[in-house]
Amino acid sequence: MQTLKRVLETKKEGLLNIYCTAGYPELNDLPTIVNALHDAGVDMVEIGIPYSDPIADGETIQQSNAVALKNGITIDLIFEQLEKCNKDIPKIVMTYFNPVFKYGLEHFCEQCQKVGVDGLIIPDLPLDLYQSMYEKLFKKYRLSSIFLITPQTSTERLKYIDELSSTFIYAVSSSSTTGKISGINTSDRYLSGLKDLGLKHPILVGFNISTSKDLALVNQHAQGGIIGSAFIKHLRENRSLEEACHTFVRQMLKD
Amino acid sequence: MKYDVNEQGFYGDFGGAFIPEMLYPNIQELKSSYREILNDDAFKKELSGLLENYVGRPTPLYFAKRLSEHYGTNIYLKREDLCHTGAHKINNTLGQVLLAQRLNKSRIIAETGAGQHGVATATACALMGLECIVYMGAKDIERQAPNVSRMKMLGAEVRPVHSGSKTLKDATNEAIRDWINNQDDTHYIIGSVVGPDPYPDLVTRLQAIISEEIKKQMDGLPTHVIACVGGGSNAIGAFYHFLEDETVKLIGVEAGGLGVKTDKSAATLALGSRGVLHASMSYLMQTSDGQVIEPHSISAGLDYPGIGPLHAHLHDCKRVLYSNVTDHEALEAANRLMQLEGIIPALETSHALAYLEKMTFNPTDKIVINLSGRGDKDMSTYINLAT
Ligand SMILES: Cc1ncc(COP(=O)(O)O)c(C=O)c1O
Repeated sequence: MQTLKRVLETKKEGLLNIYCTAGYPELNDLPTIVNALHDAGVDMVEIGIPYSDPIADGETIQQSNAVALKNGITIDLIFEQLEKCNKDIPKIVMTYFNPVFKYGLEHFCEQCQKVGVDGLIIPDLPLDLYQSMYEKLFKKYRLSSIFLITPQTSTERLKYIDELSSTFIYAVSSSSTTGKISGINTSDRYLSGLKDLGLKHPILVGFNISTSKDLALVNQHAQGGIIGSAFIKHLRENRSLEEACHTFVRQMLKD
Repeated sequence: MKYDVNEQGFYGDFGGAFIPEMLYPNIQELKSSYREILNDDAFKKELSGLLENYVGRPTPLYFAKRLSEHYGTNIYLKREDLCHTGAHKINNTLGQVLLAQRLNKSRIIAETGAGQHGVATATACALMGLECIVYMGAKDIERQAPNVSRMKMLGAEVRPVHSGSKTLKDATNEAIRDWINNQDDTHYIIGSVVGPDPYPDLVTRLQAIISEEIKKQMDGLPTHVIACVGGGSNAIGAFYHFLEDETVKLIGVEAGGLGVKTDKSAATLALGSRGVLHASMSYLMQTSDGQVIEPHSISAGLDYPGIGPLHAHLHDCKRVLYSNVTDHEALEAANRLMQLEGIIPALETSHALAYLEKMTFNPTDKIVINLSGRGDKDMSTYINLAT
């Protein structure tokens, strides 16, 4: 988690975190994508381990998950691919509880640490279960658990989540599945309110950021933004991976 | 009751609410209010009035004379097939629609496999004047066409789901996503004893009327109660009030598909391992990487790779015996019931009936089979196989 912590401490604004699905568009594309994103100036990457039943995801990411699984991606293959990724860029793994549980939580955490993963986002891992059963493991393997908050999350619960956090908090721009709404203008008031909460950990905003304008807006209120569906769509529409990564990042950072 | 859910929402190791933060407020609202609402006198009165006068409860417990003679024992059929809309599903949907009204929700969503839960939800919504959207796998839309038409006639919108195996699992995913995207005005009526806490307990309570009635209708205790298990709602309904009568043998029958040794089966407890599907810890059919395996059953209502968490618990503590029968065995059992008793059962229900072939009997046994639904929706399957 040190790489991630260092980036959060040194760059206090305008962080860009891009999500990609491991095994997509082709089975072995992950290192190429991560390294190209790093070269293009992305501050951290979120790597999705595909799952057959991603209930929090909209169509775009559902589809990238399905394609990756069809391509034959497995968790062990993803760990191998992660070893080929640049070591300087912070890596966050996003997946659902079941693949991790079935793989074996401790073994999973151990492998994550080995290949330089900084943190995990498991959206369907209940907070109380995390605290009572899994926090110790995450700590042992120096992995940060990154929790989601929504515009509906109560202040009391925000404080609890802040306590359980160790790097940053992931604020979803609106309470929806990923990529559901285009643009985040509806959540302006929510975003401006986040700053006033006085939380100990920085906030990155994700869900529904698809243009440089969205990102600029998010950056006014939070330490950075996370882009998922828009990047997956961009990859789908462009042939050369490296070039696609560079053009996407350039587009997003132009405002 | 010793098998009831605990404060944390678990049955032993199983259950819980593995939900993304986006659903937390909805689940919390439901969890903090459902027991009080269900126990409220006005609610109870309204629901029991509807169950009596609209659904036709109590449903008969019918002594199946010729079937009993055939097997040399005593077989009773709990006639849930005679419920309005043709299956036990309406016990749950009426209760949940009344609950939704008390939570001030104006929009109802549901998933459906066989379409029975969809029809029961559409019916309850028509009765109460609520908007109703039903998610249904594209494959199920094809094989349960009559129920799709029924839902539409009843004013529901049926949304086809094309992801994954295009069956019940995927329809459930889509309903959960809808709920994430429409939290304020929407109540999700889940169709079985699956999903995040408190759904398994909520649906169990609403279906428990089946065993409550059996207990009153029987002279003494039965020796066996048998039911088919998809998610497990009709089964838990038929078992619930016998769980602590340890002499009563309880048997749940899953869909074996082409057989548990093939890769075309839906027998979760025979083939599954522990994991989380649709937000609760239970058994599920999955790969070593935790990807959910697409199941197979001739019966859309049993074509599900998971099982309710209470069943997982009852399986592990050996209170209920879970077995499975193949597509073929279920069809044979359906024909037997048609010809011996003049009753055309649902394909799901036929799985429970097929288990009789695997039993040895005492002439004094008193066996109750939960006849969870009627076969109107399965006519095309039965006709195609008969010709
Ligand atoms: C007649 C009938 N029986 C049984 C089932 C299986 O569901 P459960 O296991 O929840 O009773 C269904 C589901 O559609 C059904 O329609």
